[in-house]
Amino acid sequence: MPAVVSSALADELAVLGEFDAGACMNCGVCTAVCPLGLDLLPRRLLRHAVLGMTERVQEESEAVFSCLLCRACEANCPAGVHIAEDVRLLRRWLLGKWEEAH
Amino acid sequence: MGLPTKDVVGVLSDNMRMRGSVLPVPARRATRWARQLGLPKGGPTVIYTGMMYQIIPYIGSLSRLQARVGASSLARFSGLARIANRASRGYGLTLVARPAREERAELDRVPANVVRLLRQAGVDLGYLYEDDLYTGALAYDLGSDQVVASHARRVAAAFARHGVREVITIDPHTTNMLRSVYPRLVEGYDVRVRSYLEVLAERTGEERPPSARRAVVHDSCVFARYEGVVDEPRRLLAAAGVEALEPLQAGPYTWCCGGPAESLYPEKAAAVAGERVAQLSAVARDCVTMCPICLVNLRHASGGELAVRDISEYLLDAGRSEAVVAR
Repeated sequence: MPAVVSSALADELAVLGEFDAGACMNCGVCTAVCPLGLDLLPRRLLRHAVLGMTERVQEESEAVFSCLLCRACEANCPAGVHIAEDVRLLRRWLLGKWEEAH
Repeated sequence: MGLPTKDVVGVLSDNMRMRGSVLPVPARRATRWARQLGLPKGGPTVIYTGMMYQIIPYIGSLSRLQARVGASSLARFSGLARIANRASRGYGLTLVARPAREERAELDRVPANVVRLLRQAGVDLGYLYEDDLYTGALAYDLGSDQVVASHARRVAAAFARHGVREVITIDPHTTNMLRSVYPRLVEGYDVRVRSYLEVLAERTGEERPPSARRAVVHDSCVFARYEGVVDEPRRLLAAAGVEALEPLQAGPYTWCCGGPAESLYPEKAAAVAGERVAQLSAVARDCVTMCPICLVNLRHASGGELAVRDISEYLLDAGRSEAVVAR
């Protein structure tokens, strides 16, 4: 099924903080160096967020909360994306959704 | 399988909001390391523990507890742990966790070591005792920014009340919160924040005694990649006669101990720690850490294969052997 691309989620995240995942060029170095071996993080997950795939991001909450925020990915990112802060903003956004549903 | 993520995050956030710490422990427990040290209360320069060395043993115990609860039929009742934690009086579920007495005693020793090292270097300092509050590091990592912001204002108010202008921190997480996060959360926040490793390194000369021992250095991710503290521990170890050996991944490219995942996904934390233990033990049997999370996580993962000790113990050992030689 084709995904409907929307900037709505990126806009919501930008209100919470400096969400800069749009600078990601999908090279995959972050995934290669992740100590958790998170296949999903950060590249695919951030792409889902940038494309506005809100349901996918909600389904991927375990990956979002598994991230160690260790910045090994950032130390190697050629695009200088603030990956750990982007993941933290996704956590804030997910917490907001959970609180709304609580 | 542990409790659902949203339940554990909910418990930790509730604790932060209701009790001022993700894992509240009584002030008398958190401050007992300072007995016998005669530290004045407050003053322009204070040591600040942020309670990290005191609460970390509880996180390990609590995650083992939640893994047991999660494996039982109780886990079917999503939200139960959060409700029980909210309803319980005093310190919530924290005190259900019982860390080993020796581990608590060892981690309690670290702030006292740091005071002794700073005094040897001629630094006068005070302590805030019951106002030495947790900074909210884990809650901030989990994304509970609003709760942390309101707590940060309480911490900043305590600094103002006690006339604090400079804070000397011990662990990397407290250093990062007070130095790099609080200025964004608290308007007008103007406190100089340095780790004791930076303060001591500034006061250490270039003399290098012959190395009496060797140990592999495990850099904390937060010190190395968030706060740029990489050279200081190496300079201090060299000056203390310890040859610092480097593992496969070191300094700005250090490998995480897995600890940040401990409270939500203990199995994942253990797997990362296991990999790091293999990297470290390939170099030496003695290992230096500079963060309570790294210390506890690596030690538990190593099962005795690696002798993990806090850097303050190595530095204080050197002071002790100098005293013996002088006598």
